[in-house]
Amino acid sequence: MTTLTAKDKQTVKAFWAKVSGKSEDIGADAVARMLVVYPQTKIYFSHWPDQSPNSPAARKHGITVMMGVGDAVTKIDDLKEGLKELSQLHAFTLRVDPGNFKILSHNILVVMAVMFPTDFTPEVHVSLDKFLAAVSLALSEKYR
Amino acid sequence: MPENSVSADLQTGSDKMVEWTDFERDTIKDIFSMIEYDVVGPAALTRCLVVYPWTQRYFGGFGNLYNAAAIKGNPMVSKHGTTIMHGLDRAVKNLDDIENTYTELSVLHSEKLHVDPDNFKLLADCLTIVVAAQLGKKFTGEVQAAFQKFLAVVVSSLGRQYH
Repeated sequence: MTTLTAKDKQTVKAFWAKVSGKSEDIGADAVARMLVVYPQTKIYFSHWPDQSPNSPAARKHGITVMMGVGDAVTKIDDLKEGLKELSQLHAFTLRVDPGNFKILSHNILVVMAVMFPTDFTPEVHVSLDKFLAAVSLALSEKYR
Repeated sequence: MPENSVSADLQTGSDKMVEWTDFERDTIKDIFSMIEYDVVGPAALTRCLVVYPWTQRYFGGFGNLYNAAAIKGNPMVSKHGTTIMHGLDRAVKNLDDIENTYTELSVLHSEKLHVDPDNFKLLADCLTIVVAAQLGKKFTGEVQAAFQKFLAVVVSSLGRQYH
């Protein structure tokens, strides 16, 4: 399900080149949506004084996440190796249930549709969906 | 089951009514009044057939689904996409009784069409993406939550008569 073809990699890189300028806004909106649409995800942020979706902490977190996604694009040929440290972080320190990677991925896709309706074609959608699934899998590598 | 499909799982027993807030009711009705069924339906079904190609198994009689361009231009896909939207319209008009509204449709999808109910979630996700693209900034997090809740109820109701 998550083997990226050459075409997938090419599509992801090309789309990322178009949208990465807005990566901060994309990340902030994706995290905000996640907190609103899937309120159970707020449990991971109980240490934030302000857990509202548009708080500075939420925006900052969205920026952090998208920096990780952008980094993953550069490591697209070996995500397991490339995301090794991030996987250790998520596995041993953050202990985010991997089901939540799907949720955040979905919200990233929704934001792409909102912000780039003409560029986010079905062909781009399928490659990006596969890519985010592969990133999620690489992030889960070290869990057990 | 593809990794990113996240339409919420909703267990609605027949003794549990779905409760809608005024915001949710208004939002759902507004969305459906703002979108063109014969644009959004075909776009959502096309996207589903491209993003989750195994769903093409149900459309063997539709002719050329060979690639994204063929699917997009296929008149039977278009027509069926519009049909789906009119089906959803019935749920919008019967928000307090979606389960009973969809009894026959559920039986149809189970007994005659043999559609894996997991696939309803895939189409729901694609519909969310297409509506998001149509509405742009109007598709706020709160609007998204209401829309996804509606789709979760629809998906659950369509799966009710499977045995």
